[in-house]
Amino acid sequence: MPWLGLVFLASVPLWLRDQYFLHVLITTGIFTIAAMSLNLLLGYTGQLSLGHVAFFGIGAYASALTSLGFEVDIFGLHVVHEPWPVVIGFLVGIAVAGLCGYAIGRLSFKVRGAYFVIVTISFAEVTRLVALNWVELTQGPMALNNIPPFTLGFGTSEYTVWGKVPNYYVVLAVGAAAYLVIRRLVRSRIGRAMIALRENEPLATSLGIDVTRFLVLAAVVSAAIAGAAGGLYAHFIRIIDPDIFLFIYTVTMVIMVITGGKGTLAGPLVGGLIFGMLPVVLREFASPVAQWIIYGSLMILIVFFLPRGIVPAVHDWWTHRRGAAAVPERTRVRVENAANTRT
Amino acid sequence: MDELLQHVVNALMLGGTYALLGIGLTLIFGIMRVVNFTHGELYAFGGYMIFMCTALLGLNFYVALLVAVILGVALGAAIELLLLRPMRGADIDTTMLIMIGTWIVLQNTEQMIWGGVAKSIVPPLSTEPLVLGPVSVAWLRVFVFAAAAVLIVATYALINRTRLGKAMRATFQDRDTAALMGVNVHAINTATFALGSGLAAAAGALLGTVFVVTPTMGDLAALKAFAIVILGGLGSITGATAGGFILAFVEEMGAGYVSSGYRDAMGFLLIIVVLLFRPTGLFARAERIG
Repeated sequence: MPWLGLVFLASVPLWLRDQYFLHVLITTGIFTIAAMSLNLLLGYTGQLSLGHVAFFGIGAYASALTSLGFEVDIFGLHVVHEPWPVVIGFLVGIAVAGLCGYAIGRLSFKVRGAYFVIVTISFAEVTRLVALNWVELTQGPMALNNIPPFTLGFGTSEYTVWGKVPNYYVVLAVGAAAYLVIRRLVRSRIGRAMIALRENEPLATSLGIDVTRFLVLAAVVSAAIAGAAGGLYAHFIRIIDPDIFLFIYTVTMVIMVITGGKGTLAGPLVGGLIFGMLPVVLREFASPVAQWIIYGSLMILIVFFLPRGIVPAVHDWWTHRRGAAAVPERTRVRVENAANTRT
Repeated sequence: MDELLQHVVNALMLGGTYALLGIGLTLIFGIMRVVNFTHGELYAFGGYMIFMCTALLGLNFYVALLVAVILGVALGAAIELLLLRPMRGADIDTTMLIMIGTWIVLQNTEQMIWGGVAKSIVPPLSTEPLVLGPVSVAWLRVFVFAAAAVLIVATYALINRTRLGKAMRATFQDRDTAALMGVNVHAINTATFALGSGLAAAAGALLGTVFVVTPTMGDLAALKAFAIVILGGLGSITGATAGGFILAFVEEMGAGYVSSGYRDAMGFLLIIVVLLFRPTGLFARAERIG
């Protein structure tokens, strides 16, 4: 199934010639990657992090600044950075976001529930205000512009990613890589430990699972992937300002994850596609403000009527329709065997 | 020295409204276990209501203030009855998502009705400042502080001196036992949400007059309310009152002596520091309200 989906997505630029659609697909892809990374925290470890956009923004700024170069004074120290190739900038963005994920994870996983939510929101707000006020580095509200487009390779064999179609493939490649990393992680021993934590933290602890270690690990991987999405965004849109840290982007990611189904691999993809493409459908008859009203209402309706999201609901419906019994295969065989031995 | 004194007075004036915001949020969390993301929107709603009543309907400023608070209470009760009551028993994340959805709907509805342009309200107070030695304060700020103080004292009295307040405190301590003792916990929830919303609307109406009213004014207010509540410990009214004043002081001093650009960041840095050393807040030793 995932391979089929990848082949289909790879074929899209071959038959879709509309530049606007491709543009929307690329931004949808970028936000879907961010939603996938959020799903690792929200869906698999059960921690509702509402500061996720911070990692997206940090990745975007770090990548843009590394490839643009900058000149700042920090505590009397004059730092000059010459521009580096974009691909290095992109990797630096991932690393910086991952490091921030580590720091914030160490700090905020001391608390749970409502406290955790508020700490993560505060963190995102602090990063936004730093981006807004550290004008020397970030240009503040004047925005960082003329960010170079994505490049692959180094030196003489450098290839610059111009235009929609190559960008689409770059985003698709990064998305596929992120999907594989997350899948590998959640299906490993580490992933099972995370799910155990989500289901029952005291029990998991009593079984010897090091809670903070696994949560921090999830936060690092999640932040790094969000940073990668941010880097892609910076080099595709080629202008970023502190508004990239707005809470509303975190909300967009959260809506994508819960609509699709948190804690499922396909969930963020489905949610991301729906909410990424919805503006295309809605723009015909609704203003941006009205679109947000529709998003908000949809979010409430989904929580009310499909609390687990679309993917689990479709999955349940499908297994029900095929007439599979409510009892899992393995258990049913055992029950039948037990019945046979009795007679 | 004079400068310091002026900052202290400014912080006091601001602290009153911050405390109002914080008390409303902490009551809702303490009693209902709901992280209320609509709090900032109720704040903005209060601002818009006073704007509508004074500028469009031509009501007297003080009457308009009262109407804004009453409408805030009504909107809060409606949100509780329509959205939170059916979700009773759902976990904290689920109600949080519903509140986020409601917040988006409310904010964009405000933007649709009144547009993105900031609205200002003209209060019927002298624009001459009140001068006390080296310190000068606008009369409007004095009025705002007095009104906030009255509302804070009234809330304390409601919680500590009335039957409703007693029922609220009982529900806070143990929901099931309170229900067994004959407290109608559904009604308590509605009353709590309405009261908290009314306080947010009052804060919005007061600060909306001092500054301006915009559709996004609630976002920062909500974040600050969270900061205040975390400082004081979730569910503590005294903590929220103190937290409101502490945040106002830290912001004012930070803006005065560090950098005015980071004014709004001070509160968030403060939360992060507090949670590092006292994860349950500064005043949460006794987890009870009152």
